[in-house]
Amino acid sequence: MRIAVLSGKGGTGKTFVSVNLACAAEHAVYADCDIEEPDGQLFFKPQPMTSIPVTVPVPEFSAGSCSGCHKCTDLCAWHALACVKNKIIVFEEMCHSCGGCILVCPEKALRERDKNIGTVDEGVSDSVRFFSGCLNTGEVSGVPVIKALTRRLPEDGTVIIDCPPGSACSVMESIRSASFCVLVAEPTVFGVQNLETVYELVTLFGKKCGVVINKNINGRNPAESFCKKHHIPVLVRIPFEASLGRLNSEGRIAVREKDSYRDLFRKLLTQIQQEAQK
Amino acid sequence: MLISGVYMRIAVPADEKMPETAVSVSFGRAPFFSIYDTEDQSYTVLPNPGADASGGAGIKAAQAVVDDKVQAVITFRCGENAAKVLEAAGIILYTAESGSVSTNVLDCAAGKLPVLASVHPGFHNHRSNA
Repeated sequence: MRIAVLSGKGGTGKTFVSVNLACAAEHAVYADCDIEEPDGQLFFKPQPMTSIPVTVPVPEFSAGSCSGCHKCTDLCAWHALACVKNKIIVFEEMCHSCGGCILVCPEKALRERDKNIGTVDEGVSDSVRFFSGCLNTGEVSGVPVIKALTRRLPEDGTVIIDCPPGSACSVMESIRSASFCVLVAEPTVFGVQNLETVYELVTLFGKKCGVVINKNINGRNPAESFCKKHHIPVLVRIPFEASLGRLNSEGRIAVREKDSYRDLFRKLLTQIQQEAQK
Repeated sequence: MLISGVYMRIAVPADEKMPETAVSVSFGRAPFFSIYDTEDQSYTVLPNPGADASGGAGIKAAQAVVDDKVQAVITFRCGENAAKVLEAAGIILYTAESGSVSTNVLDCAAGKLPVLASVHPGFHNHRSNA
């Protein structure tokens, strides 16, 4: 079963929930799709780590053969090419790797080149198989890295996908193969606003989902009200505790430190399995 | 600086079609380019194909200006991608001053406008939710 963990903003506890959920499950896979700032490895400290490069094809101008016909610049929807004095200037950061310019060039003045944009890293931490994507600094889109990472994940068993924050393309790519989505939310008005955006996204994708309320406090709880109003199951409520914050800030995994936390995340896993059956 | 007597076509990003209009604050997103020809002292209007582009506006705009065979551009600012295309074509960038397209063109032809000192990194890829 593939479980995606997402939230409308950073800092709600996606990695915290994902890491602990993977540890609470027996022999699970953890996949860090937060490719712009992958921090799952700070908790798992996986060993040994292997790294595979991720590349995307971009056009490269081979000097001398351009007739200046503009067919490539006219075709490119992203305006990643300019033609000046029978030379093609390629703006790689604008390119979406469609390959159209190479096909349309009558002079074969453009050829394909692999551009390195990041890595997929793999390792092991106790009984957890660890995967993590990393996008190179300055790259525009992390989607190809997430695609490369998702392709390497095993088909069977429990796979926990730690998503990037928000609801943009990289999140859509991360949840695409998931059978259940866990929405992590804070019990605040601001938290609800962010919950709303990811709820809208998973609904659009037709995914089954449930909410984890993190940093839960007694009293007025807008997140709880939102779930009630939209009939979204609240899977667990994680208490707002200094000891949890401390463990997390030290890069330790709560489930591996304390039985009560292990029980909490086992309960979360059971709840997810039950909701997924419905 | 421009040397008087040399034939030139000068492109100016413009908000409207008439030469009396103000110089557009943007190069890549300007709706039009006003093209001045020093030989017949006439203006023509070049619609900017990059004006409504979702991305790469500066590149598209610069391509149109290059294809129109201009030698100079007068602008308040220019993104680095557009500048790369313009510079490859040997086009010189001059700094616009407040006032109309026509006063800028006259001042440029008289050698009064300084060359654009710097290009900015561009406003591309700064969309929300990116």
